[in-house]
This record gives sequence, C-alpha cells and structure tokens, in this order.
Amino acid sequence: MSLTSDDVKRVAKLARLGLTEAETTETLTQLNSILGLVDQMQQIDTNGVAPLAHPLELKQTLRADAVTETNQRDKFQAIAPQADQGLYLVPRVVE
Amino acid sequence: MSHITDLSFSELKKALNDRTLSSVEITSAFLDRIDALNPTLNAFITITRDEAMQAANDADTLISQGAGTPYTGLPIAHKDLFCTDGTLTTCGSKILSNFVAPYDAQVVSQCKNAGLVSLGKLNMDEFAMGSSNENSYYGPVKNPWDTTRVPGGSSGGSAAAVAANLTPLATATDTGGSIRQPAAFTGTSGLKPTYGRVSRFGMIAYASSLDQGGLIAQTAEDIAHGLGLIAGHDSRDSTSADQPVPDYTQTLNDSLKGKVIGIPKEFFDDRLDSAMRQAMNEVLDVLKSLGATTTEVSLEHVAEAIPAYYVIAPAEASSNLSRFDGVRFGYRADSPTDLMDLYERSRGEGFGSEVKRRILIGTYALSEGYYDAYYKKAQQIRRLIRDDFNRALGTCDLLFGPTTPSTAFVIGEKTADPVAMYLEDIYTVATNMAGLPGGSFQAPLINGLPTGYQLTGRAFGESMILNAAHQVQTVTDWHTLRPEGV
Repeated sequence: MSLTSDDVKRVAKLARLGLTEAETTETLTQLNSILGLVDQMQQIDTNGVAPLAHPLELKQTLRADAVTETNQRDKFQAIAPQADQGLYLVPRVVE
Repeated sequence: MSHITDLSFSELKKALNDRTLSSVEITSAFLDRIDALNPTLNAFITITRDEAMQAANDADTLISQGAGTPYTGLPIAHKDLFCTDGTLTTCGSKILSNFVAPYDAQVVSQCKNAGLVSLGKLNMDEFAMGSSNENSYYGPVKNPWDTTRVPGGSSGGSAAAVAANLTPLATATDTGGSIRQPAAFTGTSGLKPTYGRVSRFGMIAYASSLDQGGLIAQTAEDIAHGLGLIAGHDSRDSTSADQPVPDYTQTLNDSLKGKVIGIPKEFFDDRLDSAMRQAMNEVLDVLKSLGATTTEVSLEHVAEAIPAYYVIAPAEASSNLSRFDGVRFGYRADSPTDLMDLYERSRGEGFGSEVKRRILIGTYALSEGYYDAYYKKAQQIRRLIRDDFNRALGTCDLLFGPTTPSTAFVIGEKTADPVAMYLEDIYTVATNMAGLPGGSFQAPLINGLPTGYQLTGRAFGESMILNAAHQVQTVTDWHTLRPEGV
C-alpha cells in the first residue's frame, strides 16, 4: 500500500497535526518507506492466531469503591496556558 | 582512594554507610562534574543543584541521627520522562518545554522515599522515540567515548551521564531497546525489567503495552540495589504486577553451574558483524568458564518484530499523544483563530519530525478500513513472538545475544533514513513485544568503542539476569573501562 499526499493530509487532519506543504512532501516519502517495512508483516501466516494486546495478559484488579483522589484543580490549572475561574479557556466554539 | 565520582553506586553506598564520605561531599562532587562536562555532553536538560544540596544536607542529618534507609544520601538522576513535582519535565519535547509537573511519578516517589538525592533531569529522544538521542528538542547528547558519536537512545542522557561519571545511577525507560541500546553504546549496564515490574504512573506514555521503566548504572550489582527500590505493585498503574519483589542483591553470587544459556540462532546468522561475533564469543567463553552450558534455540518470528513494532508502538503513541493539545498544559501556539487552529498549530509547532511521523503512521494504521491489515496483524505476530520466547525459555534459563548490530554510529549518519534508524533495535524490540526482562552489559571493546551483550530472562526473572551479569563482572574488567578525556 502506498500513500498519496492527500492521504497524508487526511491523516494529519484526523491527528489534529498541522503540517506545512514542505513537511507534507517530506513526510510522504518517509511514511511510504516505513509502510514498506511494515508490509513485511504480510508475509507471515497468522490465520487463527489470536491477537495479543498485553504480553503478560494481566488481570484487571478491583479496589473498594472509595474516594482515593483529592481535588487539586488549582494546582493543575496553575500550569494551563489559559485558565480563568476554574475553567480552561479556548477560542470561542459556539457563537 | 579514587575520586568520588569514579565510585560506583554500590561503592558509594558502602562509603556512606561507613561514614567515610558524607552525602554533601558526594552530591557536590557529582554536581561539580556535571557543571564541568555537561556543556560538552548535553546529558542533562535540567540540573537541580539547590534542591540536591538541600536534600544532601537533610540526608546527612538523618544519617547522623542513625535514621534513614541504607540508601539515604546516594545520588540518582531521572530521565526527563518521569514527572517530578515542581521541576521542569520536558520529555525531550518543545510541547512540554514549559511543563513543571504537578506530581511525582511513582518511581520518583520511591527513590525519594528511599532517601536518594536527585541531581536533575536527563536528556532523551523526544517522547522516547529514537535510537540516537538526536530527536531531542534540547539538542543531541554526545557519547563520552567519542563526542562525534551518538550515545544511543532514547535514554541517551541516562547512559552518557553514567558513562561519564556524572551520576552513579540513572532511571531510564525502554519501549523497544531504549535502555539496552544506549547502555551498549556507552559501556554501561542497563536493565529493562519485566513489563509490569515497575510502575508506569507518572511516566509519560509512549506505547503503553511496551513501555517499562528501568535503570542504567556501572554494574549489575548497582542495578540490583536500584531495582529493589523502584520495583513493586502500584495501585495507580492498573498494569503493574502484584508480585513479590525479591532482594536482588542476595542472589548476585549464586553459582552459574548448571545454568543453561540459550543462543538464538537468528541472532548469530551470517548477517552478524564478525567483530561483534568475536566479542560475543568472548563473553560466552566467560559464562562457560563459570559453569554455564549453552544450547541453540530458535526465535522463528524475531525478524518480524520490527515491522510489527512499527505498527503497535505508533498506534499506541497516536492515542497517548492526543493529550498534548495546547489546552490544559504545555505549549500553546500564538493567537489561534479557532479551536481547530489551536490544536493543529500547537501540535504542529510543538512536536518534532520523528514524533509527527509516528503519530501519522499510528493514526493511519488505526483509521477506518486499515485496522485488520495493520494493528490486528501486528498483534497476531506479537503472540507468535511471545510464544517463541516462551518455548525457547522452556529449554534454557537465559537467552544470550548482542544488544546492537554495531558500535555507536556517528551523529547525523542515520538521520535522513528513519528505517535505517529503526533497524538499530533489531535485537532488542522482540523482548518488549514479549514483555520479558532484558539487560545489556559491557562486552569487549571493538576499535576502542564499547559493545554490549544482552541477557533475556523469563517473566520476573530479573534476579537471574543480574546474577549472571554480576558473575561475569567479577571475573572480567570490561565494566571498569571508562572513556578517556572526559
């Protein structure tokens, strides 16, 4: 499978990643070379093999349903680019 | 007595316990050496001199009262991927260039609780994506053995700092070889523990099913001390294993008689460089002289580990790195016109090119219509790889091989070709896919540059890896060699 420049732009949009024209061109070549490497996977017969998501297939543990976190909103918002009265500020979304 | 900064973590521990040195003496000696050499090596992004001297003073007070732990007052430095409350935590990225973490990673808390003194934060490839430390927004780290060469990556700062005696112990992380490969390139010892052995809480995530925190130091014994401090269950990391933590120092001197070392034939095929083969055979001869026997094993699917890794890791990264959006913390682009512009430009300007490539590959692999061909296929191959390892480790105690295909390469040599860089991790990636512990330890130099051999163990079998490496270190001097001129 080989990507086109439109594919790169579509994927960059999905990833919310701003790319310049020059970056798109350079990235296209590199992504196709990486996908060439990745496509070596297709030589392996994996019929009937169950996917493995975690190496040790650990079980999820349960804990008592009790409050364990304290509210640290002020501390966390102190490092925000823009916060006011407990809210994170972004450009207007709804007119 | 040799200079303070020449001493290993274990030797410093003895000196502190015997009260021949104070924490203030030790800490200031390392800080002075960092000040002298960091402008050349660029191993540290942040040096926390004031906090370190304060902690050293406090440690000396505790020691004088007979309080503290056996580790109180010993220095460490943290890879800049571990969150440190109140200290800049950049992960090697511009997007976190203003991020003062509001909490400590579990590993950082454990080190603090043990009384360790943190000297600062270590340089790394951005978001741990790289094998040369050239992908850091804060500039490349130089290899202390030859400053025209890379120290490896992504834990290049950790490895270079230990190799140059800027710290006796460093935390590091390994997703596809990021502890073992830089350890091999810098003549240090490095251990990636079993997946789940060390908490990932507060460790900035790259690929969550592969990431594991570990250590780089001068010797296996040093790592045995350090691992005892950072291993263990943490309820804040749901993938952390609830397994007892043994005293890794107690088994270092066990005999290797009767131990079986598996030699994966795929690691020793005719593609292996002849000088590297000779270095590996020298190490094997030492292991045999200590009573171990060898047997050939096969890891049939190991060659597919790299292609499958470059689906799984970017896929997980594309999801993990979506949190860096310019809204809650980190870098935000100037004067965004709307919300989409804020996201796209903050991320576009904040991430470096390798991180962007991996986000794009991961987003593509997970996008509609491609899931079965990429992510599912890679996970199926992951099972085949894991089964290969389990089968091989059913017939032997440890697997042995080279850590890297060659010695450290020259800065700039592989930057134009991402795929050539990815193949650097050909011997290390499969271990992460299988979730097993792996260590890299000093092998003979080749043309004056360090090499490493790799030991891979069964799940939670760190003790045996450290035991074997320590036994080799008791009868060889490869781990005592230090770069000249730094």
